[in-house]
Amino acid sequence: MTAPVSISLDVNGERVDALVLPRLNLADFLREQLQLTGTHVGCEHGVCGACTVRVNGEIVRSCLMLAVQAHGTAVETIEGLSDSGEVADLQAAFRDRNALQCGFCTPGMLMAAQDLLKQEARPDRDRIREHLSGNYCRCTGYQAIIDAVETTARVRGGRRV
Amino acid sequence: MKAAAFAYARATSVVNALDLLEAHGGRAKVLSGGQSLMPAMNLRLISPEFVVDIGEIAELRGIAVTGDSVRIGALTRHVELQSSPVIAAHTPLLTEAIAHVAHPAIRNRGTIGGSLAHADPASELPACMVALNATIIIRGKAGERRVEAKDFFTGIYETVLSPQELLVAVELPTGRRKSAHFFHEFARRHGDYAIAGLAAQAVVEGDLFADLRLAFFAVGDRPVLAKVATKLTNMAITPADLSAALSVLSQELDPQSDQQASASMRRHLARVLLARCVGTLLGRPDLGAGGSA
Ligand SMILES: Cc1cc2nc3c(=O)[nH]c(=O)nc-3n(C[C@H](O)[C@H](O)[C@H](O)COP(=O)(O)OP(=O)(O)OC[C@H]3O[C@@H](n4cnc5c(N)ncnc54)[C@H](O)[C@@H]3O)c2cc1C
Ligand code: FES
Ligand code: FES
Repeated sequence: MTAPVSISLDVNGERVDALVLPRLNLADFLREQLQLTGTHVGCEHGVCGACTVRVNGEIVRSCLMLAVQAHGTAVETIEGLSDSGEVADLQAAFRDRNALQCGFCTPGMLMAAQDLLKQEARPDRDRIREHLSGNYCRCTGYQAIIDAVETTARVRGGRRV
Repeated sequence: MKAAAFAYARATSVVNALDLLEAHGGRAKVLSGGQSLMPAMNLRLISPEFVVDIGEIAELRGIAVTGDSVRIGALTRHVELQSSPVIAAHTPLLTEAIAHVAHPAIRNRGTIGGSLAHADPASELPACMVALNATIIIRGKAGERRVEAKDFFTGIYETVLSPQELLVAVELPTGRRKSAHFFHEFARRHGDYAIAGLAAQAVVEGDLFADLRLAFFAVGDRPVLAKVATKLTNMAITPADLSAALSVLSQELDPQSDQQASASMRRHLARVLLARCVGTLLGRPDLGAGGSA
């Protein structure tokens, strides 16, 4: 009964059919079976945010979702957002502002930041902090990350930086 | 760490879920949003043999106003509560409280049913249910039963639910005129579990409380409906009355000490919360100041 279950889902716009054990979480499925290693795994209990991906357009913790639960959904990882150019400006702002050092937290940070910028055109620094509050970064001290997100929001809003 | 192996079934209806739970006795666990169950399984705090995923059961979804109550299905996600105009109009306490529950990615999956069934004494929604005098609706093979929120929680992570039952919905009374609410919590970081918190629902008439329900959280093994509220209702409260009430509250609460805070710090924070609540709801800053000490 703990036998593999067959699932099919859409990952970054491509249909994927797979056989997975119930205990396999979505993060490990993406990394190990699909070789999409941009999604990082830190704490595996929902605290650090490194594993954040989009499922049906909403950000979720992929370490707290079973791969079987992703059956029938559309999953987008950092590879998808990166390849489509959706976050190109945000990535550039992260580079320019030194908003990443080791880069471990960066995929999750970009996912969460893009989620906010899709919902709100003009978030202030407090809103940005609040929205990213579930994502840990060991390196940057956060200020540079907030700077990068704020800059991107301004540029997207057609305002001068 | 990873979860231990288990078998999995996606329930197609409430009846189907109850059948699956019965077939597996106490060895099965219900999976809703997974935002508390999955961390516990990943940390191997629990290792169920069987997981019943209720996530696709349509009859457990939705927010609806019926007569003088709002019914919220167990699978309603935190993000849905947060953005619901119905909730904002009828039970604004919930709209305010939900922003303090975890972080956006977690609110996208966590559900009200899961939060109440999980019964973490530091979590916001159980206390809101007690303040709002909610009825918890439970289904088992034998039928439905309705439990008042204040009787639903029985200890740390403990409720009146049996392993064979499902929490299907909550019902919140609405439409009391002149009602007012207060919500505040102390946490280390926005979105973290509270060190001490208060969810309060009141009816204010003139400068009096005609009714006051104070549900403290993270200061006991379950949400505490403070009896001291009776010492503050239907009277013109003087600063002396308030300080007397604050001492009574201290005695009434039995908080735990842990890495976050000592019991006496929690008692102190609860007093600060009560003073602020009374001062804010009555528009009496002179009273609220008593809580800054
Ligand atoms: C990093 C992090 C921070 C968090 N911070 C907070 C916070 O500040 N405040 C807060 O309140 N919560 C917090 N949470 C928990 C979160 O709010 C969860 O959404 C919630 O506690 C559980 O809901 P769920 O739907 O995910 O339930 P699940 O995790 O699926 O289930 C939780 C428990 O309830 C049982 N269960 C679920 N649904 C039902 C049902 N309908 N009937 C019977 N039993 C059921 C399950 O078997 C399990 O035992 C946090 C979680 C994480 C990972
Ligand atoms: S690995 Fe998922 S939140 Fe840390
Ligand atoms: S850049 Fe190293 S963890 Fe954030």
